[in-house]
Amino acid sequence: MGPLFPLGLIGDELNMLIGFIIGIGFGFLLEAAGFTNTRKLAGVFYGYDFVVLKVFFSAAITAAIGLFLMNHYGLIDIKATFYPKTFWIPTLVGGFIMAFGFIIGGFCPGTSICAAVTGKIDAMVFVLGAIIGIFGYAFTYESIWEDLRNSGAMGRVNIAEWIGVSDGTFILLLTIVAAIAFFAVSVIQKKVTEKNDYQL
Amino acid sequence: MEKSKTYMNSYLAGILIGVFMIGAYYFSGEGLGASGALKAVVVATVDGVNHDYAKDAHFFSARVQNEEQSPAKSWLVFEVLGVIAGAILSAALAGRLKMEIIKGPNITNNKRLIFALIGGLLFGIGSQLGRGCTSGMVMSGMGVLSLSGFIGLIAIFGGGYIIAYFFRKLWI
Repeated sequence: MGPLFPLGLIGDELNMLIGFIIGIGFGFLLEAAGFTNTRKLAGVFYGYDFVVLKVFFSAAITAAIGLFLMNHYGLIDIKATFYPKTFWIPTLVGGFIMAFGFIIGGFCPGTSICAAVTGKIDAMVFVLGAIIGIFGYAFTYESIWEDLRNSGAMGRVNIAEWIGVSDGTFILLLTIVAAIAFFAVSVIQKKVTEKNDYQL
Repeated sequence: MEKSKTYMNSYLAGILIGVFMIGAYYFSGEGLGASGALKAVVVATVDGVNHDYAKDAHFFSARVQNEEQSPAKSWLVFEVLGVIAGAILSAALAGRLKMEIIKGPNITNNKRLIFALIGGLLFGIGSQLGRGCTSGMVMSGMGVLSLSGFIGLIAIFGGGYIIAYFFRKLWI
């Protein structure tokens, strides 16, 4: 019965070793999928490369289906995981700030770390910027951010329950939307790259 | 030259990342994060320089109460150390380990680096305010059907599409 660490079935040290091993898989796949190339990442916003959308949605849906089935068959209790709490206001505002960060900087934190350690100088600068940003946020936390960050608290909210459908129905709808999106972006990408050679 | 440009199939990479995410939740109850590890670096640095300040400042206080264990010793830090090792391994196998600046065709290297710094700064702030980044909050949140993951998805990618036009000269 999982999750093993939160239920006290494995110790702290083993848990961190598992984190390291899972990280290796995650980093390997991000690099292998091309996520260290900032132009491939930015392509999702300009129609010439949709690798971000394809990887992102197939990962989220695979995990959603897998965890749903494991929860259903009693292999994991999703409620016992460190399930993210929803604070809708700071997530919306912070998400919009991250949108600017993504378009201007061409990375997100995970991809920038992979790119920085594999030699991309622009990514090294992005990571430096992110660390400076967190320092700046930390030192101005009480005066600027604290109230905003704690606003809009809703607790642990499952989107399917929130909408009023079953988890299975929601995952099915999400999969259908993703399938349509996968088809649509392949058409868009073909049209955009026919007109222009982006030489990635 | 051609060989080094070959990337893994996007859907295959996505499905395998999903499998690792299931593993992360099953073993550790955690999603796949990134920005949290950068935060841990900041917290550990400030705590190391001035523990008395960190103990009282709201941003740091909850994370530095345990006198026995460094705030840098967390699951996320070990996960991201793994990410670093994995990325280097993959790049080495594919012949992609080299120093370079990747940028749009119409901007200079200096401009690219200045914008990378500004973008990183914004992402650093946004990920703290929004309680996680694209991987830890959005992708991993979506995996467990957390509402916050979907709000983050709409804000980051919806926001990105709204503003993309104004920054097109950076990329195309």
